[in-house]
Amino acid sequence: MLDATISTGNATPAAGGGSTTKTPPLVQVRDLKMYFPFYKGLLRRHAGDIKAVDGISFEIPAGETLGLVGESGCGKTTAGRALLRLYEPTSGKVMINGHDVMALEPEALRRIRPTMQMVFQDPQASLNPRMTVAAIIGEPLLEHTRMNSVERRERIYELLDQVGLNRNFANRYPHEFSGGQRQRIGIARALALNPKFIVCDEPIAALDVSIQAQVVNLLEMLQRRLGLTYLFISHDLSMVRHIANRVAVMYLGRIVELSDRDSLYADPKHPYSQALLSAVPEPDPQSESRRQRIVLTGDVPSPANPPKGCAFSTRCSHVMAHCRVAAPALTEIAPGRQVACHLFTNNHTTAEPTAAH
Amino acid sequence: MDELPATQTSVLQVRNLTTRFRTRTADVYAVNGVSFDLKPGELLGVVGESGSGKSVTMMSLLGLLPSPPAMVQGDSVMFDGIDLLRCTPEQLRQIRGARIGFIFQDPMTSLNPVFTVGFQIMEPLREHMGLSGTAARKRAQELLELVGIPDAERRLTDFPHQFSGGMRQRVMIAIALACDPKVLIADEPTTALDVTIQAQILELVRELRTKLGMAIVWITHDLGVIAGIADRAMVLYGGQVVEMAPVAELFARPLHPYTRALLKTVPRLKGPRAAKLEVIEGQPPIIKAPPAACAFRARCSVAMERCSRENPLRRPVGPEHEVACFWDASTGTAHHA
Repeated sequence: MLDATISTGNATPAAGGGSTTKTPPLVQVRDLKMYFPFYKGLLRRHAGDIKAVDGISFEIPAGETLGLVGESGCGKTTAGRALLRLYEPTSGKVMINGHDVMALEPEALRRIRPTMQMVFQDPQASLNPRMTVAAIIGEPLLEHTRMNSVERRERIYELLDQVGLNRNFANRYPHEFSGGQRQRIGIARALALNPKFIVCDEPIAALDVSIQAQVVNLLEMLQRRLGLTYLFISHDLSMVRHIANRVAVMYLGRIVELSDRDSLYADPKHPYSQALLSAVPEPDPQSESRRQRIVLTGDVPSPANPPKGCAFSTRCSHVMAHCRVAAPALTEIAPGRQVACHLFTNNHTTAEPTAAH
Repeated sequence: MDELPATQTSVLQVRNLTTRFRTRTADVYAVNGVSFDLKPGELLGVVGESGSGKSVTMMSLLGLLPSPPAMVQGDSVMFDGIDLLRCTPEQLRQIRGARIGFIFQDPMTSLNPVFTVGFQIMEPLREHMGLSGTAARKRAQELLELVGIPDAERRLTDFPHQFSGGMRQRVMIAIALACDPKVLIADEPTTALDVTIQAQILELVRELRTKLGMAIVWITHDLGVIAGIADRAMVLYGGQVVEMAPVAELFARPLHPYTRALLKTVPRLKGPRAAKLEVIEGQPPIIKAPPAACAFRARCSVAMERCSRENPLRRPVGPEHEVACFWDASTGTAHHA
């Protein structure tokens, strides 16, 4: 009975994993690095760097959604912020809508800000409690356009309509709204300047289950209607399967697997992707009791002191001697599928017998 | 409100529990006539969204809510032959942490940052079991080993910040298990953890259950966790139990419109992908008067006129399966009771 209602298959617009390369990429990221230095001792000597994002590359074709998944501390949020230059990245190249974002001077950067926006995780913290909804949504208009107050009010109403909020709410304050409604306000603010690209940083993580679907459906409807391109950062693998066309899996600052959605979920290649997918509990007692789980031992290593070689080697059940020496590069193993793992490169030796712990 | 047979075998028997909070503007009715039984050794999953009353129910029956603003009433909460609702605060204090253990959602805020982990595990042992320093220390070490913390003896002298999130939650479990409780209440114990760490904790709980045999109440909003770990589940909405069933039955044959909608709204990891997610329109209610109607009616797709006149009582619909709804899911018509 439940299955009958979710059987419409791959009919999502702009979907269809294979066709992803036809449209030119709106977003191109090359070897993006974001290091945070830390200092020690009386003289505050530079003692090392936390490599939050350590050389990631991906592309997002216009109108598509790339899901960026991983656990806390893997650098997914930092990556999202760095590529919009909300942080000053250590190195790398980012092209968004034809602009070389990393090379722009502050004033030029400010002028292209309207094309790239962000929706934040916690709508409570990202909305100023002392501003009305109209002021919050209207602020980017005030900053970046020459609209007069009448035009601004019209645009605010239009945005409220778009995100499904009542126009009468315009003069209320954020605390008068529920979590889902606050997230709609955050989305309206991001849409105010007609962006092309939106980084959605865990936009549904703070919401209740019954509200998550409302917000995700809204994001999808807006994408269709306005031709938006999303980077959807999330730890919710089921929701990413629903919304994304392609998915990048991050572990300790690097992308370990980048693939079209259907191939990744049907047949994850990287041992970490496999473990991550097998750890998600499914709301189905039958399959839960039959399921072969890969339970990883230990915790994610500290990014201040990452293991030598492959960062996942300390927890991987397939670890080989070679893995502890050299970090694997992200390589294409099939059309549209990239994996960073020595199991898929040719130069590996036999598995280390004592390795599985 | 609900009539359930009083079984001798339940370790915890809750009857008609009601909690309201007095606020400046209005009374908020958080728990409205909750009744349930917890059988020995079973794991009862409590599912609901924020504000559904799942945590407040558990905190009320153990006297953990400050009064005012909370006002807890009910027919009875029987545990071990004692009615918890009629206990003095001192008697409740003797029971909490000893015969009933707790695990809370956020291990960082529920552990005291200025005391060592060893001290915090030994506290209930000294307090409730009267163990001396050395005996308590030995038991604390055993407990850390039980929950799978390597190098237990040395870790006793570490402070909470020296543990990772998953390890901290293991420490919380060790503290909850310290005095061999008959009942363990776990309030969203894995919600703050990453999925791979959650999988470790779920594995640990499965193992400990068979080893120690206590009854567990597991509060969560994650239907996947319930499916994987619980024997029976109880769905709360608007401070009331709307459906209760063995887990396999609940997922195979959900009968309350809310349970059905909730199961449909969650996207799956496998199987066909929906083009559009099913949505439960509207918001969960804030109930400001004693409920005289179904709390879900405003968001319900099969609501009838009767639903706004009367609050449906829980009725049996199958073996151990109860639902509080006037609509009959099997026939798709109104149930005449």
